[in-house]
Amino acid sequence: MRHAATEMTCQELVELVTEYLDGTLPESERSRFDAHVRTCSGCEAYIEQMRVTIRLLGKLSEESISAEARRDLLATFRTWKANGAEHGL
Amino acid sequence: MNSITAVLATDESELVLALRAGDEDAFTKLVNRYQSAMLQVALTYVGSLAIAEEVVQEAWLGVLNGLGRFEGRSQLKTWIMRIVINRARRRGSEEARTTPFSGLQPARDDSGPSVDPDRFRGASDPWPGHWWSPPSNWAGMPEARLLSAEMFDQVRRAVAGLPERQREVITLRDVLGYSGAEVCNVLAISDTNERVLLHRARSRVRAAMERYLQQ
Repeated sequence: MRHAATEMTCQELVELVTEYLDGTLPESERSRFDAHVRTCSGCEAYIEQMRVTIRLLGKLSEESISAEARRDLLATFRTWKANGAEHGL
Repeated sequence: MNSITAVLATDESELVLALRAGDEDAFTKLVNRYQSAMLQVALTYVGSLAIAEEVVQEAWLGVLNGLGRFEGRSQLKTWIMRIVINRARRRGSEEARTTPFSGLQPARDDSGPSVDPDRFRGASDPWPGHWWSPPSNWAGMPEARLLSAEMFDQVRRAVAGLPERQREVITLRDVLGYSGAEVCNVLAISDTNERVLLHRARSRVRAAMERYLQQ
């Protein structure tokens, strides 16, 4: 494992961030990754930016159901039921 | 004994049984649980909320009509999402056919690097591959700026501008909080594929946020 001994570059690191955050990075890569971040403030900032990005994505407003859509859905349900809900069983 | 109890959580198999019997409360419960996620996913493929609502409505009918055949080999959530996605994809491609030059055309499925190569030092530098122009630290940024309406608008636009396959994965994973395994299941793609698409998508959204914050 000659590779494990060589230092990771920043350019290499940015391609591995998703696997790193998912915990799917192989152990040898993970230790190279960690070793790099310890001495690189640029990559530390980059990882933080990715974390912020993911956090914001998780806060994208959920589309809520409109009263009209709910009414339509209930009407759909009632029609379906009237036509024999159990058919196909 | 019904086979749907095999995989599903008790709560879900009870819901399915109640629905098959025409229980309206069970339907309302299911709508409350999945409707907003279904809308979010439908919006990945079609151009407006109104059309997304139609797609979801159609999908619910598909769910009701398919209940008799649902055997619980996948989770209810996965099964419902597949139905929405199928319908939304069909609707999305119809839209694209009728409006060939609309802004809805997704970007090409690209495979470029996550960060512009010019930001790294070149081969002749003593530190090749290291930052030339390092990213700034967002940790100290005021929450008010980070969580502003404009910021969310930027993020939303960045997601909308992604190639379709990246958009599907990032919506399910990061917006809706599905696990990697669930995304693979819903979209019928491999682990590796999912990871690559997610990585490209996140990298592009990050880059868009950075561009916005540097203005």
